[in-house]
Amino acid sequence: MKILVVGGGTGGTILANNLARRLSGEIRARKVRITLLTASDRHMYQPGLLYVAFGQMATDQLYRDQASLLESSIDFHVDPVEQFHLDKNQVTTKNGKVHEYDMLVIATGSRIVPEQIPGLTEGAETFYTEATAVKMFKCLREFQGGKVAVVVGVPHKCPIAPVELIFLLHDYFKARGIRDKVTIKYHYPIGRIHTIENVAKWAKPEFERMGIEYETLFNVKEVDVKNKVVKSEEGTETGYDLLIAIPPHRGMEVIEENNLGQGGWIPTDRYKLTMKDHDNVYVLGDTTNLPVSKTGSAAHFEAEVIAENIASIVKIGAPVRDYDGKVYCFIEAGHDRATYAMFNYLNPPDLKPASKPMHWFKVAYNQMYWTSVRGLL
Amino acid sequence: MGEKKVIDARDTYCPGPLMELITYMKQASVGDTLELLSTDEGSAADVPEWIHKVGHEVVSNEKVEGVWHIQVRKAK
Ligand SMILES: Cc1cc2nc3c(=O)[nH]c(=O)nc-3n(C[C@H](O)[C@H](O)[C@H](O)COP(=O)(O)OP(=O)(O)OC[C@H]3O[C@@H](n4cnc5c(N)ncnc54)[C@H](O)[C@@H]3O)c2cc1C
Repeated sequence: MKILVVGGGTGGTILANNLARRLSGEIRARKVRITLLTASDRHMYQPGLLYVAFGQMATDQLYRDQASLLESSIDFHVDPVEQFHLDKNQVTTKNGKVHEYDMLVIATGSRIVPEQIPGLTEGAETFYTEATAVKMFKCLREFQGGKVAVVVGVPHKCPIAPVELIFLLHDYFKARGIRDKVTIKYHYPIGRIHTIENVAKWAKPEFERMGIEYETLFNVKEVDVKNKVVKSEEGTETGYDLLIAIPPHRGMEVIEENNLGQGGWIPTDRYKLTMKDHDNVYVLGDTTNLPVSKTGSAAHFEAEVIAENIASIVKIGAPVRDYDGKVYCFIEAGHDRATYAMFNYLNPPDLKPASKPMHWFKVAYNQMYWTSVRGLL
Repeated sequence: MGEKKVIDARDTYCPGPLMELITYMKQASVGDTLELLSTDEGSAADVPEWIHKVGHEVVSNEKVEGVWHIQVRKAK
Protein backbone atom coordinates (compact mmCIF):
# COMPACT_ATOMS: atom_id res chain seq x y z
CA MET A 1 0.00 0.00 0.00
CA LYS A 2 1.46 3.36 -1.07
CA ILE A 3 0.39 6.35 1.01
CA LEU A 4 1.39 9.74 -0.38
CA VAL A 5 1.23 12.92 1.71
CA VAL A 6 1.53 16.21 -0.17
CA GLY A 7 2.49 19.14 2.08
CA GLY A 8 4.83 19.06 5.08
CA GLY A 9 3.36 21.86 7.20
CA THR A 10 1.46 21.44 10.44
CA GLY A 11 -1.17 19.02 9.11
CA GLY A 12 0.99 16.93 6.76
CA THR A 13 3.81 16.49 9.29
CA ILE A 14 1.54 15.45 12.17
CA LEU A 15 -0.32 13.07 9.89
CA ALA A 16 2.78 11.43 8.39
CA ASN A 17 4.41 10.91 11.83
CA ASN A 18 1.23 9.62 13.44
CA LEU A 19 0.67 7.22 10.56
CA ALA A 20 4.29 6.04 10.53
CA ARG A 21 3.96 5.07 14.21
CA ARG A 22 0.61 3.37 13.81
CA LEU A 23 1.90 1.41 10.81
CA SER A 24 5.48 0.79 11.94
CA GLY A 25 5.06 -3.01 11.71
CA GLU A 26 3.58 -2.84 8.21
CA ILE A 27 6.34 -0.43 7.08
CA ARG A 28 9.06 -2.77 8.43
CA ALA A 29 7.37 -5.69 6.66
CA ARG A 30 7.37 -3.58 3.46
CA LYS A 31 3.61 -3.83 3.16
CA VAL A 32 3.21 -0.06 3.50
CA ARG A 33 5.25 2.87 2.28
CA ILE A 34 4.67 6.47 3.38
CA THR A 35 6.05 9.22 1.14
CA LEU A 36 5.94 12.92 2.04
CA LEU A 37 6.46 15.55 -0.65
CA THR A 38 6.80 19.17 0.36
CA ALA A 39 7.94 22.55 -0.92
CA SER A 40 10.52 23.57 1.69
CA ASP A 41 13.35 21.95 3.66
CA ARG A 42 12.41 24.17 6.62
CA HIS A 43 9.26 24.03 8.74
CA MET A 44 7.91 27.32 10.05
CA TYR A 45 5.99 27.78 13.31
CA GLN A 46 3.61 30.32 11.78
CA PRO A 47 1.97 31.60 15.01
CA GLY A 48 5.43 32.90 15.94
CA LEU A 49 5.12 35.56 13.22
CA LEU A 50 2.82 37.62 15.43
CA TYR A 51 5.53 37.70 18.12
CA VAL A 52 8.17 38.61 15.50
CA ALA A 53 6.04 41.61 14.51
CA PHE A 54 6.27 42.88 18.10
CA GLY A 55 9.96 42.10 18.61
CA GLN A 56 9.16 39.27 21.03
CA MET A 57 10.64 36.40 18.98
CA ALA A 58 13.73 36.19 16.76
CA THR A 59 13.18 35.02 13.19
CA ASP A 60 15.46 31.98 13.52
CA GLN A 61 13.27 30.72 16.38
CA LEU A 62 10.48 30.22 13.83
CA TYR A 63 12.19 27.34 12.02
CA ARG A 64 13.33 23.73 12.32
CA ASP A 65 14.70 21.48 9.58
CA GLN A 66 11.75 19.55 8.19
CA ALA A 67 13.76 16.29 8.04
CA SER A 68 14.51 16.52 11.77
CA LEU A 69 10.77 16.49 12.56
CA LEU A 70 9.96 13.30 10.67
CA GLU A 71 10.02 9.63 11.63
CA SER A 72 12.96 8.02 9.86
CA SER A 73 10.68 5.48 8.15
CA ILE A 74 9.03 8.23 6.09
CA ASP A 75 10.32 8.57 2.53
CA PHE A 76 10.76 12.37 2.43
CA HIS A 77 11.47 14.65 -0.54
CA VAL A 78 11.59 18.40 -0.96
CA ASP A 79 10.03 18.33 -4.40
CA PRO A 80 6.68 20.10 -4.73
CA VAL A 81 3.85 18.55 -6.67
CA GLU A 82 2.93 20.33 -9.90
CA GLN A 83 0.30 18.00 -11.34
CA PHE A 84 -2.34 15.85 -9.71
CA HIS A 85 -3.70 13.01 -11.89
CA LEU A 86 -6.45 11.77 -9.60
CA ASP A 87 -7.89 9.54 -12.34
CA LYS A 88 -4.56 7.65 -12.52
CA ASN A 89 -3.64 7.82 -8.79
CA GLN A 90 -0.46 9.71 -9.66
CA VAL A 91 1.20 13.05 -9.06
CA THR A 92 4.08 14.66 -10.97
CA THR A 93 6.61 16.83 -9.15
CA LYS A 94 8.67 19.87 -10.05
CA ASN A 95 11.68 17.59 -10.65
CA GLY A 96 9.57 15.61 -13.11
CA LYS A 97 9.21 12.56 -10.89
CA VAL A 98 5.96 10.58 -10.98
CA HIS A 99 4.68 9.19 -7.65
CA GLU A 100 1.91 6.61 -7.62
CA TYR A 101 -0.35 6.11 -4.65
CA ASP A 102 -3.16 4.01 -3.27
CA MET A 103 -4.11 6.73 -0.82
CA LEU A 104 -3.35 10.42 -1.16
CA VAL A 105 -3.47 13.12 1.52
CA ILE A 106 -3.43 16.77 0.40
CA ALA A 107 -2.25 19.32 3.00
CA THR A 108 -0.78 22.15 0.94
CA GLY A 109 -2.06 24.99 3.17
CA SER A 110 -3.03 28.46 2.01
CA ARG A 111 -1.33 31.66 0.82
CA ILE A 112 -1.92 35.36 1.29
CA VAL A 113 -3.21 37.35 -1.67
CA PRO A 114 -3.03 41.02 -0.62
CA GLU A 115 -2.75 41.93 -4.32
CA GLN A 116 -6.48 41.18 -4.66
CA ILE A 117 -7.22 44.46 -2.88
CA PRO A 118 -5.88 47.51 -4.71
CA GLY A 119 -3.32 49.39 -2.62
CA LEU A 120 -3.14 46.81 0.18
CA THR A 121 0.36 45.51 -0.62
CA GLU A 122 1.87 49.01 -0.80
CA GLY A 123 -0.29 50.63 1.87
CA ALA A 124 -0.58 48.12 4.70
CA GLU A 125 1.73 46.40 7.15
CA THR A 126 1.05 42.75 7.86
CA PHE A 127 2.68 39.87 9.73
CA TYR A 128 1.69 36.81 7.71
CA THR A 129 5.18 36.21 6.26
CA GLU A 130 8.63 36.50 7.83
CA ALA A 131 9.61 39.51 5.71
CA THR A 132 6.39 41.44 6.37
CA ALA A 133 6.46 40.66 10.11
CA VAL A 134 10.00 42.09 10.36
CA LYS A 135 8.97 45.14 8.31
CA MET A 136 5.92 45.66 10.53
CA PHE A 137 8.08 45.55 13.66
CA LYS A 138 10.42 48.22 12.27
CA CYS A 139 7.43 50.33 11.36
CA LEU A 140 5.90 50.00 14.85
CA ARG A 141 9.21 50.99 16.43
CA GLU A 142 9.38 54.15 14.39
CA PHE A 143 5.75 55.07 15.00
CA GLN A 144 5.50 58.07 17.29
CA GLY A 145 1.72 58.47 17.39
CA GLY A 146 -1.37 58.92 15.23
CA LYS A 147 -4.19 56.80 13.86
CA VAL A 148 -3.70 53.04 13.57
CA ALA A 149 -6.33 51.22 11.50
CA VAL A 150 -6.64 47.43 11.50
CA VAL A 151 -8.53 45.79 8.60
CA VAL A 152 -9.37 42.14 7.99
CA GLY A 153 -9.50 40.37 4.60
CA VAL A 154 -11.75 37.35 3.91
CA PRO A 155 -11.08 34.47 4.14
CA HIS A 156 -8.07 34.43 6.44
CA LYS A 157 -6.22 31.85 8.47
CA CYS A 158 -6.06 32.14 12.25
CA PRO A 159 -9.36 33.93 12.93
CA ILE A 160 -8.19 34.88 16.43
CA ALA A 161 -5.25 36.92 15.06
CA PRO A 162 -7.21 40.19 14.53
CA VAL A 163 -8.28 40.27 18.20
CA GLU A 164 -4.84 39.25 19.52
CA LEU A 165 -3.27 41.94 17.36
CA ILE A 166 -5.37 44.61 19.11
CA PHE A 167 -4.28 43.48 22.59
CA LEU A 168 -0.65 43.40 21.50
CA LEU A 169 -0.83 46.87 19.91
CA HIS A 170 -2.39 48.33 23.06
CA ASP A 171 0.28 46.78 25.30
CA TYR A 172 3.11 47.72 22.92
CA PHE A 173 2.23 51.42 22.72
CA LYS A 174 1.58 51.50 26.46
CA ALA A 175 5.00 50.01 27.18
CA ARG A 176 6.57 52.68 24.98
CA GLY A 177 4.67 55.38 26.90
CA ILE A 178 2.86 56.68 23.79
CA ARG A 179 -0.54 55.01 24.13
CA ASP A 180 -2.20 58.40 24.71
CA LYS A 181 -0.81 59.60 21.36
CA VAL A 182 -2.26 56.64 19.44
CA THR A 183 -5.85 55.87 18.42
CA ILE A 184 -6.57 52.30 17.37
CA LYS A 185 -9.54 51.55 15.11
CA TYR A 186 -10.54 47.97 14.37
CA HIS A 187 -12.59 47.05 11.28
CA TYR A 188 -14.29 43.68 10.94
CA PRO A 189 -16.10 42.11 7.96
CA ILE A 190 -19.28 40.91 9.71
CA GLY A 191 -21.80 42.54 12.05
CA ARG A 192 -19.94 41.98 15.36
CA ILE A 193 -16.29 42.28 16.42
CA HIS A 194 -15.55 38.57 16.06
CA THR A 195 -17.15 35.83 14.02
CA ILE A 196 -17.52 33.57 17.09
CA GLU A 197 -20.36 35.13 19.07
CA ASN A 198 -18.88 34.28 22.48
CA VAL A 199 -15.49 35.68 21.48
CA ALA A 200 -17.23 38.88 20.34
CA LYS A 201 -19.11 39.10 23.65
CA TRP A 202 -15.90 38.52 25.61
CA ALA A 203 -13.80 40.95 23.56
CA LYS A 204 -16.27 43.88 23.52
CA PRO A 205 -15.76 45.02 27.14
CA GLU A 206 -12.02 44.43 26.73
CA PHE A 207 -11.99 46.72 23.68
CA GLU A 208 -13.96 49.33 25.61
CA ARG A 209 -11.53 49.11 28.55
CA MET A 210 -8.60 49.71 26.17
CA GLY A 211 -10.36 52.52 24.30
CA ILE A 212 -10.41 50.70 20.96
CA GLU A 213 -12.74 52.19 18.32
CA TYR A 214 -14.41 49.72 16.01
CA GLU A 215 -16.50 49.50 12.88
CA THR A 216 -18.26 46.29 11.85
CA LEU A 217 -19.54 45.24 8.39
CA PHE A 218 -16.31 46.64 6.92
CA ASN A 219 -14.87 44.65 3.99
CA VAL A 220 -11.78 46.26 2.53
CA LYS A 221 -12.34 47.38 -1.05
CA GLU A 222 -9.24 49.47 -1.69
CA VAL A 223 -6.50 51.49 -0.06
CA ASP A 224 -5.82 55.01 -1.28
CA VAL A 225 -2.13 54.96 -0.39
CA LYS A 226 -1.48 58.60 -1.37
CA ASN A 227 -4.21 60.04 0.84
CA LYS A 228 -3.91 57.31 3.51
CA VAL A 229 -7.54 56.29 3.40
CA VAL A 230 -8.94 52.74 3.46
CA LYS A 231 -12.34 52.24 1.80
CA SER A 232 -14.92 49.50 2.37
CA GLU A 233 -17.24 47.58 0.06
CA GLU A 234 -20.02 48.91 2.27
CA GLY A 235 -19.27 52.51 1.26
CA THR A 236 -17.46 53.84 4.35
CA GLU A 237 -13.85 54.98 4.75
CA THR A 238 -11.23 55.49 7.45
CA GLY A 239 -8.16 57.70 7.41
CA TYR A 240 -4.97 56.28 8.93
CA ASP A 241 -1.34 56.99 9.69
CA LEU A 242 -0.50 53.30 10.05
CA LEU A 243 -2.61 50.60 8.39
CA ILE A 244 -2.27 46.96 9.51
CA ALA A 245 -4.03 44.25 7.50
CA ILE A 246 -4.89 40.62 7.97
CA PRO A 247 -4.62 39.85 4.24
CA PRO A 248 -7.20 37.77 2.34
CA HIS A 249 -6.13 34.19 1.54
CA ARG A 250 -6.54 31.59 -1.20
CA GLY A 251 -5.49 27.97 -1.38
CA MET A 252 -2.25 27.19 -3.24
CA GLU A 253 -1.98 27.87 -6.97
CA VAL A 254 -1.25 24.19 -7.67
CA ILE A 255 -4.73 23.32 -6.36
CA GLU A 256 -6.39 25.90 -8.62
CA GLU A 257 -4.24 25.02 -11.65
CA ASN A 258 -5.21 21.35 -11.34
CA ASN A 259 -8.91 22.25 -10.93
CA LEU A 260 -9.12 20.57 -7.55
CA GLY A 261 -11.14 23.39 -6.02
CA GLN A 262 -12.25 26.94 -6.73
CA GLY A 263 -10.07 29.49 -4.95
CA GLY A 264 -7.68 26.65 -4.09
CA TRP A 265 -10.16 25.26 -1.54
CA ILE A 266 -10.80 21.55 -2.10
CA PRO A 267 -14.39 20.28 -1.64
CA THR A 268 -14.08 18.05 1.43
CA ASP A 269 -16.54 15.87 3.36
CA ARG A 270 -16.85 17.54 6.75
CA TYR A 271 -16.89 14.24 8.71
CA LYS A 272 -14.84 11.79 6.60
CA LEU A 273 -12.33 14.43 5.40
CA THR A 274 -12.25 12.79 1.97
CA MET A 275 -12.29 14.84 -1.20
CA LYS A 276 -15.68 14.99 -2.91
CA ASP A 277 -16.04 12.08 -5.38
CA HIS A 278 -12.59 10.69 -4.49
CA ASP A 279 -12.73 8.21 -1.60
CA ASN A 280 -8.96 7.53 -1.66
CA VAL A 281 -8.05 11.22 -1.40
CA TYR A 282 -8.03 12.88 2.04
CA VAL A 283 -7.78 16.62 2.58
CA LEU A 284 -6.75 18.45 5.72
CA GLY A 285 -5.80 21.83 7.11
CA ASP A 286 -6.18 25.19 5.42
CA THR A 287 -6.78 23.82 1.92
CA THR A 288 -10.15 22.20 2.72
CA ASN A 289 -13.32 24.11 1.85
CA LEU A 290 -14.75 23.15 5.26
CA PRO A 291 -16.58 25.76 7.32
CA VAL A 292 -13.89 25.24 9.99
CA SER A 293 -11.27 27.80 11.14
CA LYS A 294 -8.08 27.72 9.13
CA THR A 295 -5.83 26.98 12.11
CA GLY A 296 -2.97 24.69 13.02
CA SER A 297 -5.28 23.34 15.67
CA ALA A 298 -7.92 22.22 13.15
CA ALA A 299 -5.15 20.74 10.96
CA HIS A 300 -3.83 18.85 14.02
CA PHE A 301 -7.19 17.30 15.00
CA GLU A 302 -8.01 16.48 11.37
CA ALA A 303 -4.58 14.82 10.96
CA GLU A 304 -5.24 12.59 13.97
CA VAL A 305 -8.58 11.46 12.54
CA ILE A 306 -7.13 10.78 9.09
CA ALA A 307 -4.12 8.91 10.49
CA GLU A 308 -6.35 6.70 12.61
CA ASN A 309 -8.68 6.05 9.67
CA ILE A 310 -5.96 5.27 7.11
CA ALA A 311 -4.23 2.98 9.61
CA SER A 312 -7.46 1.13 10.28
CA ILE A 313 -8.20 0.86 6.56
CA VAL A 314 -4.80 -0.84 6.25
CA LYS A 315 -5.43 -3.09 9.26
CA ILE A 316 -9.16 -3.92 9.09
CA GLY A 317 -10.32 -2.50 5.78
CA ALA A 318 -12.54 0.29 7.17
CA PRO A 319 -12.21 3.73 8.78
CA VAL A 320 -13.14 4.03 12.45
CA ARG A 321 -14.14 7.60 13.23
CA ASP A 322 -15.43 10.94 11.99
CA TYR A 323 -13.99 14.42 12.46
CA ASP A 324 -16.30 16.35 14.78
CA GLY A 325 -15.11 19.84 13.83
CA LYS A 326 -12.88 20.19 16.90
CA VAL A 327 -10.71 23.31 17.19
CA TYR A 328 -8.78 24.63 20.22
CA CYS A 329 -7.34 28.14 20.00
CA PHE A 330 -5.36 30.11 22.52
CA ILE A 331 -6.28 33.79 22.66
CA GLU A 332 -3.53 36.14 23.88
CA ALA A 333 -5.32 38.91 25.80
CA GLY A 334 -2.52 41.33 26.70
CA HIS A 335 -1.10 42.09 30.19
CA ASP A 336 0.50 38.59 30.11
CA ARG A 337 -2.98 37.06 30.14
CA ALA A 338 -4.62 34.60 27.76
CA THR A 339 -7.75 32.51 27.41
CA TYR A 340 -8.83 29.86 24.90
CA ALA A 341 -11.72 28.89 22.66
CA MET A 342 -12.55 25.21 22.22
CA PHE A 343 -15.46 24.22 20.00
CA ASN A 344 -16.69 21.70 17.45
CA TYR A 345 -19.49 21.51 14.89
CA LEU A 346 -22.16 21.27 17.58
CA ASN A 347 -20.83 23.06 20.64
CA PRO A 348 -19.83 26.74 20.66
CA PRO A 349 -16.87 27.83 22.79
CA ASP A 350 -17.48 28.94 26.35
CA LEU A 351 -14.85 31.59 27.06
CA LYS A 352 -13.23 31.78 30.50
CA PRO A 353 -11.82 35.07 31.83
CA ALA A 354 -8.25 35.60 30.62
CA SER A 355 -5.57 34.53 33.13
CA LYS A 356 -1.80 34.58 33.53
CA PRO A 357 -1.38 30.77 33.73
CA MET A 358 -3.08 30.44 30.30
CA HIS A 359 -0.61 32.96 28.88
CA TRP A 360 2.35 30.98 30.25
CA PHE A 361 0.82 27.82 28.84
CA LYS A 362 0.71 29.49 25.40
CA VAL A 363 4.34 30.61 25.80
CA ALA A 364 5.25 27.00 26.65
CA TYR A 365 3.21 25.76 23.69
CA ASN A 366 5.35 27.91 21.38
CA GLN A 367 8.13 25.41 22.20
CA MET A 368 5.88 22.37 22.65
CA TYR A 369 4.74 22.82 19.01
CA TRP A 370 7.88 21.00 17.87
CA THR A 371 6.98 18.01 20.03
CA SER A 372 3.43 18.22 18.78
CA VAL A 373 4.32 18.09 15.05
CA ARG A 374 6.56 15.13 15.73
CA GLY A 375 3.32 13.48 16.82
CA LEU A 376 4.47 13.02 20.41
CA LEU A 377 1.90 15.28 22.08
CA MET B 1 -28.29 34.09 -15.29
CA GLY B 2 -25.33 32.35 -13.64
CA GLU B 3 -25.13 29.02 -11.82
CA LYS B 4 -26.54 28.39 -8.31
CA LYS B 5 -24.15 27.32 -5.59
CA VAL B 6 -25.10 25.95 -2.17
CA ILE B 7 -22.93 26.94 0.80
CA ASP B 8 -23.42 24.56 3.69
CA ALA B 9 -22.65 26.59 6.80
CA ARG B 10 -24.89 24.56 9.12
CA ASP B 11 -23.49 23.77 12.56
CA THR B 12 -20.41 25.90 12.35
CA TYR B 13 -19.13 28.59 14.70
CA CYS B 14 -15.98 29.71 12.98
CA PRO B 15 -15.64 31.19 10.40
CA GLY B 16 -19.45 31.30 10.58
CA PRO B 17 -22.18 31.69 7.93
CA LEU B 18 -21.75 35.34 6.92
CA MET B 19 -17.96 35.01 6.70
CA GLU B 20 -18.45 31.92 4.50
CA LEU B 21 -20.90 33.81 2.29
CA ILE B 22 -18.47 36.73 1.88
CA THR B 23 -15.76 34.26 0.76
CA TYR B 24 -18.01 32.69 -1.87
CA MET B 25 -19.46 36.02 -3.04
CA LYS B 26 -15.91 37.12 -3.86
CA GLN B 27 -15.44 34.03 -6.04
CA ALA B 28 -18.85 34.29 -7.75
CA SER B 29 -19.61 36.11 -11.02
CA VAL B 30 -22.18 38.88 -11.36
CA GLY B 31 -25.60 37.26 -11.80
CA ASP B 32 -24.75 34.08 -9.84
CA THR B 33 -27.21 32.95 -7.17
CA LEU B 34 -25.83 31.51 -3.93
CA GLU B 35 -27.87 29.65 -1.35
CA LEU B 36 -26.55 29.82 2.21
CA LEU B 37 -27.66 27.12 4.67
CA SER B 38 -27.32 28.22 8.27
CA THR B 39 -28.43 27.04 11.70
CA ASP B 40 -27.31 30.31 13.30
CA GLU B 41 -30.35 32.43 14.26
CA GLY B 42 -28.36 35.63 13.75
CA SER B 43 -27.86 34.89 10.03
CA ALA B 44 -31.49 35.64 9.12
CA ALA B 45 -30.88 39.29 10.00
CA ASP B 46 -27.08 39.64 9.53
CA VAL B 47 -26.92 38.30 6.01
CA PRO B 48 -29.68 40.54 4.49
CA GLU B 49 -28.20 43.55 6.29
CA TRP B 50 -24.81 42.95 4.71
CA ILE B 51 -26.26 42.11 1.29
CA HIS B 52 -28.25 45.38 1.24
CA LYS B 53 -25.32 47.45 2.49
CA VAL B 54 -23.03 46.17 -0.26
CA GLY B 55 -25.73 46.36 -2.94
CA HIS B 56 -26.36 42.70 -3.80
CA GLU B 57 -29.85 41.17 -3.76
CA VAL B 58 -31.70 38.84 -1.34
CA VAL B 59 -33.80 36.46 -3.46
CA SER B 60 -35.43 34.56 -0.59
CA ASN B 61 -34.99 33.96 3.13
CA GLU B 62 -36.86 31.12 4.80
CA LYS B 63 -36.51 28.66 7.66
CA VAL B 64 -37.17 25.02 6.82
CA GLU B 65 -36.92 22.45 9.64
CA GLY B 66 -34.58 24.57 11.74
CA VAL B 67 -32.30 25.57 8.84
CA TRP B 68 -32.23 29.04 7.29
CA HIS B 69 -32.10 28.94 3.49
CA ILE B 70 -31.00 32.36 2.29
CA GLN B 71 -30.69 32.86 -1.45
CA VAL B 72 -28.74 35.87 -2.64
CA ARG B 73 -27.73 37.16 -6.06
CA LYS B 74 -24.42 38.86 -6.80
CA ALA B 75 -25.44 42.16 -8.37
CA LYS B 76 -22.13 43.89 -9.03
C1 LIG C 1 0.55 34.94 11.89
C2 LIG C 1 -0.11 33.61 12.07
C3 LIG C 1 -0.58 33.24 13.33
C4 LIG C 1 -1.20 32.02 13.51
N1 LIG C 1 -1.61 31.68 14.76
C5 LIG C 1 -2.19 30.47 14.98
C6 LIG C 1 -2.56 30.07 16.28
O1 LIG C 1 -2.36 30.79 17.28
N2 LIG C 1 -3.15 28.85 16.43
C7 LIG C 1 -3.39 28.02 15.38
O2 LIG C 1 -3.92 26.93 15.58
N3 LIG C 1 -3.04 28.39 14.10
C8 LIG C 1 -2.45 29.58 13.90
N4 LIG C 1 -2.07 29.95 12.63
C9 LIG C 1 -2.51 29.14 11.46
C10 LIG C 1 -1.68 27.90 11.18
O3 LIG C 1 -0.31 28.21 11.12
C11 LIG C 1 -2.16 27.28 9.89
O4 LIG C 1 -3.56 27.21 9.87
C12 LIG C 1 -1.59 25.87 9.73
O5 LIG C 1 -0.19 25.94 9.55
C13 LIG C 1 -2.25 25.12 8.59
O6 LIG C 1 -1.65 23.88 8.42
P1 LIG C 1 -1.59 23.19 6.99
O7 LIG C 1 -0.88 21.92 7.19
O8 LIG C 1 -2.92 23.20 6.37
O9 LIG C 1 -0.72 24.20 6.10
P2 LIG C 1 0.78 24.69 6.32
O10 LIG C 1 1.23 24.46 7.71
O11 LIG C 1 0.83 26.09 5.81
O12 LIG C 1 1.63 23.74 5.39
C14 LIG C 1 1.50 23.67 4.00
C15 LIG C 1 2.67 22.86 3.47
O13 LIG C 1 2.45 22.54 2.11
C16 LIG C 1 3.68 22.67 1.42
N5 LIG C 1 3.36 22.85 0.01
C17 LIG C 1 2.88 23.95 -0.61
N6 LIG C 1 2.74 23.73 -1.92
C18 LIG C 1 3.12 22.44 -2.14
C19 LIG C 1 3.21 21.63 -3.31
N7 LIG C 1 2.85 22.08 -4.50
N8 LIG C 1 3.64 20.36 -3.17
C20 LIG C 1 3.99 19.88 -1.95
N9 LIG C 1 3.94 20.62 -0.82
C21 LIG C 1 3.52 21.88 -0.93
C22 LIG C 1 4.37 23.83 2.10
O14 LIG C 1 5.77 23.77 1.89
C23 LIG C 1 4.00 23.58 3.56
O15 LIG C 1 4.93 22.71 4.15
C24 LIG C 1 -1.40 31.15 12.41
C25 LIG C 1 -0.92 31.51 11.15
C26 LIG C 1 -0.27 32.72 10.97
C27 LIG C 1 0.25 33.09 9.62
